Amino acid sequence: MQTAVIVFPASNCDRDAAMALEKVTGKAPKMIWHRDSEIPSDVDFVCIPGGFSYGDYLRSGAMASCSPIVADLVEKANKGLAVAGFCNGFQILTETGLLPGALMRNKNLKFVCRPERLVVNNANTRYTSQYEAKSIVTYPVAHHDGSYFADDAVLNKLEKEGRIVFRYADNPNGSLRDIAGIVNEAGNVFGMMPHPERAVDELHGGTDGLGLFKSIIESI
Amino acid sequence: MKALVYIGLKPGVLDPQGRAIARSLNDLGFDEVNNAFQGKVIELDLSSEDKTEAKAQVEKMCEKLLANTVIESYRIELRD
Repeated sequence: MQTAVIVFPASNCDRDAAMALEKVTGKAPKMIWHRDSEIPSDVDFVCIPGGFSYGDYLRSGAMASCSPIVADLVEKANKGLAVAGFCNGFQILTETGLLPGALMRNKNLKFVCRPERLVVNNANTRYTSQYEAKSIVTYPVAHHDGSYFADDAVLNKLEKEGRIVFRYADNPNGSLRDIAGIVNEAGNVFGMMPHPERAVDELHGGTDGLGLFKSIIESI
Repeated sequence: MKALVYIGLKPGVLDPQGRAIARSLNDLGFDEVNNAFQGKVIELDLSSEDKTEAKAQVEKMCEKLLANTVIESYRIELRD
């Protein structure tokens, strides 16, 4: 099993993601530079890491969504490649249209940076199969633009199809319906604002994030 | 030719920054301010010569990159 992490200028969780993936798979992920044009064909899972790609110019994730590597990512994701984006990675996935909605400035205008309790709203996805349904996990959050927005029709559809994977137990940013993480219709593309890759070692303060990475690996 | 692109949040989308601006103006004594909405202006310097064509191109730019049409709407103004 081969994993990969895409590295943009000003990604800052790429090495955390690499460490988490190596810990779970026993093999270092391929680090793919944003100017590369192709995701190697042996890659089974791609992580889009957190950070401030392209300095958050224009909108968080907007410039990254136009980079050469993301064009190939979108094509492969539409054919079923497993892709997960955390924090800035989630913002990039919504900007590409692979995931619906948008991430806006936090409702209280503050950058939030703290451990956050999340409810596993759907444990029947390839990203959460190792968790008990409705269990509570704690991952760190660290973002300024994390308020999830989509119109009512989209929100109702997400709700009905069980695609709201994680909800905040104590909504830190004004996200509609407490949404912390969602999947696409096919179930292969997942995005969330909190950072599971920063909760995989006792030194991080907890290891709740391991379940998410183990779930992905199990599904491949 | 120049194009000015005005981008703002769609009505109904929460604009916490606009709200904070309105509140600060009220605090400064500008009681007549009911609401403020924050957006952005992007100025493009274009080599185009035909206005209709330029407008169509800038619309494409808005749809592809400049605006996120899930939350934002845009208005284009062309100047010679």
